[in-house]
Amino acid sequence: MLNFSHNLKLAVKSLRLGDWLIVAGSLIAIVYLFQILWSSEHATKVQIRLGDKVYATYTLNQQRDVHVHGPIGNAVISIAHGKARFSKSPCHNQYCVHQGWLTRAGQAAICLPNQISLELIGENKPYDSLNY
Amino acid sequence: MKRTKIQTTADDHRIAKLAAFAIALHMIEAVIPSPIPGVKPGIANIVTLYVLTQYGFATAAWVSILRVFASSLLLGQFLSPTFALSLGGAVLSLMMLWLAMHLPKKYFSIVSLSILAAFAHIAGQLMIVRLWLIPHASVSYLIPIFAIAALFFGLINGLITAKLIYNKASNKPEMPPL
Repeated sequence: MLNFSHNLKLAVKSLRLGDWLIVAGSLIAIVYLFQILWSSEHATKVQIRLGDKVYATYTLNQQRDVHVHGPIGNAVISIAHGKARFSKSPCHNQYCVHQGWLTRAGQAAICLPNQISLELIGENKPYDSLNY
Repeated sequence: MKRTKIQTTADDHRIAKLAAFAIALHMIEAVIPSPIPGVKPGIANIVTLYVLTQYGFATAAWVSILRVFASSLLLGQFLSPTFALSLGGAVLSLMMLWLAMHLPKKYFSIVSLSILAAFAHIAGQLMIVRLWLIPHASVSYLIPIFAIAALFFGLINGLITAKLIYNKASNKPEMPPL
């Protein structure tokens, strides 16, 4: 153990000015990366898709239930002040309902059996220019 | 029938020996489970860095690329996505090392090279993941996590290499007792 701490002290002493600069620069870059890539942009709209078409887009700044008629039945999508969720779905497994409230831009809930999906959209869709 | 004998030089032998070290470290790492999938310490790169300082860039490149090919053959991953990731990371970090070795030695030790190469390594791997394996923007969520891992393991591998070089310079045993 003593040898290890001795080695560590020696190692730290062997670091030069540029090494410290690179470590510090990397730390700053990592914090910056976390901020830009993990910051959850507040969503403003919810886009509902039915099959391969956009069914409707609603602002999240309201409280209402939207009834969407899919291939296997009627689904209810709740919108409430900045968030949205599937609150009722005729599908068998209910994954879409269990996913709960979506709050951040880019989040999505998909109901495959009923071919309905929700996607929250922020002010500007993130990374869209990178996509294709 | 005339038997041809492959002529080998002392350089070839040295590269083979050093690559064997790197392959052994790669194998050890392959059996250690990782808490986060995809995050590995990359201890085989210690050999690459050490070789770079002792024998120059060409030998280091040979050792690194040979290690990638031989390890993938031993682990049964040759030409698989894992192999592509490994090769992509190795090639990009070699390119970074080639650039970074021109940094002034007075201010930048091997630790700097190690950290920069680690970042280049994950950059290469994430590019392959993004362009080929998972062509979706959500891959960018992983960047900060891999960047932290690169800094951490790059620093540690660099310090170990610095210690090895120090021991070599002062003619101490190669492996320090921890």
